[in-house]
This record gives sequence, C-alpha cells and structure tokens, in this order.
Amino acid sequence: MTESETNSEVERFRLRARAWLAENMPPEPEEGFGLHDAARWPRARELQRILFDGGYAGLCFPKEYGGQGLSLAHQHAFDEEVVDYEMPLTLNVPTFGIIAATLLDFGSEAQKKRYLPKILSGEEVWVQLLSEPTGGSDLASVITRATPDGDAFILSGSKVWSSGAYAADYGICVVRTNWDLHKHDGISVLIVKMDQPGVTVERIRGVAGDDEFCQEFFDDVRIPRENVVGPIDGGWTVVRGLLGHERNAMGGASPYVSGEGRVGPSREDEMLNLAQKQGLAGDDRVRQLVAEDYILRTVQDQTSARVTGAMTRGELVPTAGAILRLMGARHAVRRFDIAMEILGSGTGVWHTDDPSGSVVGDRYLARQGSELGGGSTEIQRNIISERVLEMPREPAADRGVPFNQVRRNTMPTQ
Amino acid sequence: MDNGYSDDQNFLRDTTRKFLEAEVPLTTVRDLAESQDGFDRGWWKRGAELGWTSMLVPEELGGGSLGGGLIDLIIIAEEFGRLATPGPLVPTNVVAAAVAASGTKAQHDALLEDLVEGNRIAAWALFEPGGVWRVEDLTLSAERRGDDFVLRGVKSPVEAGAQADQLLVTAQTDQGPTQFIVPANAAGLHRTPMSGLDLVRRFAELRFDEVVVPGSAMLGDFGQAGSAVERQLQIALMLQCAETVGAVDRLFETTLEYMFDRFSFGRPLASYQALKHRFADMKMWLEAIHATTDAATRAVELRDDGAAVLVSTAKSYVGDHGVQILQECIQMHGGMGVTYEHDAHLYLRRATQNRVLYGTPNEHRERIAARIGLDVATDLDREVAK
Repeated sequence: MTESETNSEVERFRLRARAWLAENMPPEPEEGFGLHDAARWPRARELQRILFDGGYAGLCFPKEYGGQGLSLAHQHAFDEEVVDYEMPLTLNVPTFGIIAATLLDFGSEAQKKRYLPKILSGEEVWVQLLSEPTGGSDLASVITRATPDGDAFILSGSKVWSSGAYAADYGICVVRTNWDLHKHDGISVLIVKMDQPGVTVERIRGVAGDDEFCQEFFDDVRIPRENVVGPIDGGWTVVRGLLGHERNAMGGASPYVSGEGRVGPSREDEMLNLAQKQGLAGDDRVRQLVAEDYILRTVQDQTSARVTGAMTRGELVPTAGAILRLMGARHAVRRFDIAMEILGSGTGVWHTDDPSGSVVGDRYLARQGSELGGGSTEIQRNIISERVLEMPREPAADRGVPFNQVRRNTMPTQ
Repeated sequence: MDNGYSDDQNFLRDTTRKFLEAEVPLTTVRDLAESQDGFDRGWWKRGAELGWTSMLVPEELGGGSLGGGLIDLIIIAEEFGRLATPGPLVPTNVVAAAVAASGTKAQHDALLEDLVEGNRIAAWALFEPGGVWRVEDLTLSAERRGDDFVLRGVKSPVEAGAQADQLLVTAQTDQGPTQFIVPANAAGLHRTPMSGLDLVRRFAELRFDEVVVPGSAMLGDFGQAGSAVERQLQIALMLQCAETVGAVDRLFETTLEYMFDRFSFGRPLASYQALKHRFADMKMWLEAIHATTDAATRAVELRDDGAAVLVSTAKSYVGDHGVQILQECIQMHGGMGVTYEHDAHLYLRRATQNRVLYGTPNEHRERIAARIGLDVATDLDREVAK
C-alpha cells in the first residue's frame, strides 16, 4: 500500500469508529472514578466488552487472538476519537500494554489462543507479579521459588507492589526455578490463577489513602507446567521483553493501549481549570506555570513519536524506551508541583465539605510513586547510559556467580 | 509519525557538513571573530549554491528546495549550529521568504535572484530597544507623505544590520503593522555596530531619522502585515531552534567521547554512575529538543492552525533545555570547559544568544498561555456572575 492509500484507509476507519462510538459508547461521565476506586474494575470490564463486541478492542493485536490486526496509525486515530467517551483505561496498564503484549511475544500458541481473546474481551484482568519484599530494582534477584513436581511446579514466596492484584484473575509471575545457575539464568515466568488455594492477596495502604498496591503470598501453590511462558530457566528473556513493554506503556510508546490518558497524572486542561477556578488566569506567575504544563505534555508526545519511530527503524536500540519512561516520570513530578503551586494554600488545608484541594495535595504526597512504579528513574538512567549511550556497566558482585552463593536480602518476618 | 529523512535530505546534510567542516572549521570561526563582518561574502555565495538561501523561495521565483521547504532548510540550520557557523542564514532566509510571499512582481525581480544567489545580504529589522519584538508593541513609525512613507524610530538589535544590502523593516502605523524594503544606503539611516555573545554573528542598531521610501517599497498591504510578521517570526524561531539543536548535538557527542578518554582514580569518567545519570538526563532532553523542533517545523511548513503554539513550545523548551545541556557538558570538562581555548563556549555563545532573541522562553510561555485559552475575561465573567 502507498502512503496515501494507508492514510485514506485510516481515515475511513476513523469515520467508521466515530459513528460506532456515538451509537455505542457512553460519554465520559462528569464525575469519573477516582484513580483508586475499586468500582472502576467491573465497569472497565463492561466497557471493554462493548468495544470487543463492536470490533474495536485490541486494534493492534492479531485477529486470530481476538484483536483487529490494524496499524498503530489506526490506534492513534481511535485514541483521538474516543477522547469524550468513557473508556476502560484502567485495563491499559498492565493488562493490555504489558502482559498481553508479552504473551503475544513469548506465549505458546495454546497460551495465546487461551488467554488473549479473554483479555481483549474484558473477561480476564491481569496483574504483574514482579517485585518482592527483598528487592525490586534488581529484579533478577527474585527468590520466590517454583520447584518441579511431576507435571507441575510448586510455587512459594511473596510478591509486592502489584497494582490492582485484588481485582485480577491472572498474574504473570517471575520466579526462580534453578538456584545453581547465575541469577539471570535460573528464572522462569509463570501464569498464576489468582483465585485458588494458597494464594493470599493483601492490600497495602498508600500514603494518599489509596490501597491499590498489593502484596501476594504463595503457599505451595500448584502451577501446571503448561503455564510456563517461554523456556524453563530461560525466563529472563521474557522478563526483558516484558520490561520493554512496560517502559513503552509507561512512556506512551505502546501500540497495545487504547484511549486518552495513556500517560500522565491529569486531564488535558486540568491546570487551566485550576487557574481559572482560582481566579488567577491573569496572574503572570500562574500563566507561566499553565504554559509550562502545556509544554511538558506537548513535548512528551513529540518525543514519544520521535523515539518510537527511531526504535522502529532501528536507529535507537529497543531499550531506548527508557528515555520516554524517564521523561514521563520527570514531567509528571513537575506537573504535580505545578498543580500545587497554582492551587496554593488550598492544597494544604481545605473545608471539609469541599475537598477539591485534597486531590492535588494527596497526589503530591504520592508524587515519588511516578518515579518508582514501572522501574525507578535511577534504573532508567542506568539503562539509558549503559544501553543507549554505551557507557560502562555498573560493577556487580553477583555477575558470573551461582545464585545460591550471592549475598542477598532475606524475607522479612511477617 | 516518521522522523526519518529521505535520501536527498541525508545527502543535503552530508554535503553541507563536509563543506562547513572544510571551509569554516572552529579554528576559522575563531579567526573570523576579529573580522568586521564575521563572514566572507565570496564564501556565502558558494554556500548559496548549496541551497542555503533558496529553500523558502518557490521554484517559479528562482528558488527551490527538496520539496520540504522549511523542513529542508532546518537541516542546514542544524549543521550551522554544529560548527557555530557564521553568515546571515536566519535574516536572509526570513527576508527572502517574506518577499516571495508578499512581494509584487517588481519586488520579486528586484530582490529575489540576488538573495537566492548570495549576491546580496538582507536583514530583518524587527527588534526595538528594550527587548521589544511583539508586533503590537512596535513603535518605529511609518507615516504617509504623498506617495512616499517617512520612517522614524530605532531598530535594535538587527542581525547583519550593518552588513546587509537590503533591510526588511517592520513598522507601526495607525492602521496596524506595515513592512518596507529599505536599501541600506537610504538617506537618514544610521547604522551602529553592536557587540554580542556570539563571536561571528554581527548585530547593529539602525536609527531611522526621517528615512523617506517610495510607496513601491511597501511589502504587502498597508496596516495588514500582522500575519506576515507572525510567519516571519515562526521561520526565524525554527531556524534558531534548529541551530541550537545542532550545537547541542555536537557538544554532547564530543563530551560523551571525552568521558571515555579522560581518567580519574584509575577509571574513565564514563564509568561513574553520578556522571552516567547526568548523561541519561541530557540524552532525554536532547531527544526532546530534536522532537519539538521537528514537530514545530512541520507545523510551520504545513501552515497548521496550531503552528504558533508549537513554535513557542519549541522555543521555550529548546531555549531552556538546550542551554542547560551545554552547561552540563561544560561541567563534564572541568576547568577546561570554562576556558577560551576550549570550543565549548563557541556553542554556548550561539545557543545563549538564540535563547534570548525573538523572545525569551518566558515570553513564549506567555504567548502560549494567551493562545491555549487562559483567558482573563473568563475570570471577569465569573466575577460579574457573582
């Protein structure tokens, strides 16, 4: 297809989608769900089902797994069309952008056929089970173990910082299956059904009053061998692919997420509204801040397009997604600060019957979450300097050492 | 969106780079610092043959690009930035574009060929003393006298103002902004060279002491130059951003190399995590200033409705972060970085001057605020409604 044929094909799709959305999707509600409102999960499943039945779910996923087999240009056109509709945004990350993408890359044919359609129809929601109480940034040091037992593995250990695990049907879990090998070589990736004996999910209370993060405990949970994604002991390749999808999804470069609000803490015109609500639209200082917020959002999108394009063409290594992840976090932090500055004292003290200031204030309390979740910005900076700029790797005491001889943290006692 | 360049564009970049590296390496730039004009006209004419002055003039008027217009021209501007190259790239192209867009046949015939071929140099007299550059704030006046116009006021700083053969003067009238093409030798025009950070770019103050120009000198319609001036400004800003991007690109490259060559405590500087993390941040900003410059350039070339906001976005972001990367690179060089001997300051001079000309980052944020709907009237409405 020539470029102009592609363009007109996308435009025809856009018009079709526009008409379908007007008929079928509910408009964006005045008062949406809070970021941590548990009721958003069942609602997201409903909304995703509508998209799936209409043929607008998983645009960039292959048709044989329940997707639409369309291009990124189609997804971008769709993103522009759905701005004013209520979308199941909560399923974007990690279910679509990270987990479904990883299953697509590394899952067996049977796994893809079994899981992807149910993900895309909203029937099954997933959670990432990566970090452990003993470490997160050094992910390859996982000590949650899966021990072979006939045609199954016995899973035991604990995972933490898994967002929304309480609402998930399945988890993708990084475990150690071999302790005699170097740390990267004894890892496997398992599909874990969350609702089964031996799996306990506890919610963690966050600083802003939310309890989205969870910790999971696995007590001798039996996992069938067919639930291993990728090779046994060779799961680190899968993890690297997964982390790549995570960087892309967090940085706004994923083709597998759908709808606006893919990145960032706030809606388009939040700062503008804040300024006008405060009667500060004419204040030079506030005008600078509102414009800065606009610039950050714009440059984020522009950089995302540039870096994604360069990765696709092979001009930048795939790990360059870390640039976008870092930028997303840095910009988010700055934007939280801008909101605080515009709203001023109202973010510290408010009337009990008008808690609008608390939204900005609470978000500020949890600000560093955006520099931690999805891989800390320190790790992103390591990746950029070492993989993109090819500066020397950090020294590591565990390189080339069998994992069972590596000094490591032990599980905190409960 | 694809940011890839065509083969033709890559060829343009390569030939421009080779020409500049051979003709005006940084040692030559240092030598030119002492010269009166900062560049050599014979050299400029040869550059013009490589397309430096033709890209914004349509083919039927003697110009031509690879098809991308401004998108092609910023490739050249980036290369200029990489070597802090002298020469009136910004003013000559802005004036050529303005004359091509709004000129009469007679004005086309009188000017374009010489500008495109590099025989003559043009300057755009926009700025006025006190950092005035927004068209609504201009005070240099143009008053009708019979068929003529009388220009009174001061333009400063004007890039290549003392070198230019022709001036495009943006004046104020009771009907609104109006532009004139004024020969540099016009009676009553006094040109005083100024000093500045950049070693080879020349600026002048132009005093218009009852300068009389014929009606035929008017470019476009009387009082109607607002949108033309905005267009000129957008072009100037994108060339300026691209130049800064090129300068940052180059110093970042050489600084990164230096990190592998320089040792302390028995290790290359490149192995220190504290420094690696700063390079990661720099790389992020570097990608961003490229991205925002390219995006805004496309918008200007395609005359998108949102071009003005995207241009100000680029100017603000490049202005702030471009210079910041350069300063970080200088920090990486230690004491050598702040010597005259090291080349880093050549880039910093260019980028710092770019940062403050055609509006500072702050001024461009204000432009954005005014254009994205941050409307003071909304506050007033609210007050009235109470």
